[in-house]
Amino acid sequence: MRVSILSQPPPSSRIQRLRPKRLHDARRWKREWKERIIQALLFLAGSSSVAITLAIVGVLFYESLGFFRHVSIVEFLTETTWTPQFANPKYGILPLVGGTLVTTAVALSVALPIGTIVALYLSEFAHHSVRETVKPALELLSAVPTVVYGYFALGFIAPAMQHIIPGLPMFNMLSAGLVMGIMIIPYVSSLSEDAMRSVPMLLREGSHALGGNKVMTAINVVVPSALSGIGAAYILGISRAIGETMIVAVAAGMQPSLTLNPTQPAATITAFIVAVSLGDLPHGSIGYQSIFACGLVLFFMTLFFNLIGHFLRRRFHQAY
Amino acid sequence: MADVAQLIRYRKRQDLLFNIMGMVCTLVGLLTLALLLFDLAYEGLTRIDWQFLTSFPSRKAERAGILSAWVGSLCIMFVTMMSAVPLGVAAAVYLEEYAPKNRFTTLVEINIANLAGVPSIIYGLMALGLLVYGLGLSRSILVGGLTLGMLALPIVIVTTREALRSIPSTIREAAYAAGATKWQVVRYHLVPYSLGGIATGTIIAMSRAVGETAPLITIGALSFIGFLPPSPLQSSPPFVNFGWLGSPFTVMPIQMFNWVSRPTEDFHRNAAATGLVLMLFTLSMNAVAIYVRYRVRRKIHW
Repeated sequence: MRVSILSQPPPSSRIQRLRPKRLHDARRWKREWKERIIQALLFLAGSSSVAITLAIVGVLFYESLGFFRHVSIVEFLTETTWTPQFANPKYGILPLVGGTLVTTAVALSVALPIGTIVALYLSEFAHHSVRETVKPALELLSAVPTVVYGYFALGFIAPAMQHIIPGLPMFNMLSAGLVMGIMIIPYVSSLSEDAMRSVPMLLREGSHALGGNKVMTAINVVVPSALSGIGAAYILGISRAIGETMIVAVAAGMQPSLTLNPTQPAATITAFIVAVSLGDLPHGSIGYQSIFACGLVLFFMTLFFNLIGHFLRRRFHQAY
Repeated sequence: MADVAQLIRYRKRQDLLFNIMGMVCTLVGLLTLALLLFDLAYEGLTRIDWQFLTSFPSRKAERAGILSAWVGSLCIMFVTMMSAVPLGVAAAVYLEEYAPKNRFTTLVEINIANLAGVPSIIYGLMALGLLVYGLGLSRSILVGGLTLGMLALPIVIVTTREALRSIPSTIREAAYAAGATKWQVVRYHLVPYSLGGIATGTIIAMSRAVGETAPLITIGALSFIGFLPPSPLQSSPPFVNFGWLGSPFTVMPIQMFNWVSRPTEDFHRNAAATGLVLMLFTLSMNAVAIYVRYRVRRKIHW
């Protein structure tokens, strides 16, 4: 039926009567231009994210350049003390990087195991209705404002830890890291669970047919198949932990010190930036510029992990 | 045979054991959340009253309140929403419907994935260098809102794209077949059908923004504000007043941070009370988002 209509073009004279040629052209011209303008505007909106990234990189580089005119890059990367307020100021980023790494390590030692087990439990063991209620509830953990977590770490966890570890200072990286780990659980579990759930049922059935129970199927089949997705989830967790600010600023102390002992207070890169921003440093001073140099280091640390995470996730999406 | 029965028993026990372990781990997260709420309520609930909500900060803990903080939070959220949502939706429409598959599009996609993972304090540094010192704007509600708007942009883009992607291509094809242009398809079909998803994403992004502290501290927001921004409405023409955009501000998380870092117990109680109000904001927004998502899922059958 359709073919027969198409094969007989309507007489052109009738179309001409319905739409005079000139009017048709004018309308069409207007319409095409409108479409083009809209497309250009949407393109600008789409490029806005690139503009934001360029602005971030530009500002960080520009202000850091002023900083590195006073402090050599070698000193910045190898000096072991960060004492910008002293008469003979030292700018070595190592103590700040150390503080960041220790709090991140503590947080990950909580978040990765718990997050992975929660993901396995929700995707392989839990009943459908349990999953549908628990998942949104767990995601609330990442919705809690981080300054509230900071209050919790300082006002509840730190005193509780002092009972367990005698002589623990009030401000310490351990309690900040633990709370940060709880905060990161949903980042790890959500993405891992999505990855595990998209492993085809066939693989699981194969394992069950060979006599594997749920645990063996989960560990020997589901986890290896979802590995790149789980990896992406871990990377996201790491990147969150490195960039987390308020928990460490409130609960880990703001004094930079080079120590790998989590029971000691120390400042992270982010906490240092907050500490400087609280005081009113004049624009263009070296203290002002130093926070941009720190920001640059932080930006590249997270950029590195974000890019790895992005490619892992993409590989995972291609796999199934 | 006994061996096999034993093996089966062992494997079943293994399953049970892991099941219990999974539940325990899930409970660790949920119990922490409950404990946190309980701790806040225990310390701060008695502090919340009318006086606390309608007073300005003060040197005396018992006379201090969060009036300027919650008004500031609302103003900032308004600016954030007005800047992030239109731009984010437009960007998502471009990437999902218009963008050709080329290097630039891939670059934009990687870039958005990275922006979503950039620490919030970096946005603060950028706003400090570009908006405050570069463009010479004051540390006002406008600058704070724009900073958080940039932070919220990736969330809005990602959720809008997901909503657009879930619309079946038959809808687009039907509209094109009826003679619609690309923009008409977007304007009259795709955007209306994805409004539920856009709303969910917007609420989630706003609930993040209301709890953000670090970027606002970095741009130099004050923590002691003893006045309100000028009213957006006035009795004489033109009836709307944009003066509030240029007003200095504080927000609830900054107020809370300020009180947490003081040594006295009374101020910690104020901090807990502020935290409780803040949690009320974020949790209720998240509840609304979950409800909207649920409604949308139930209502739409393609």
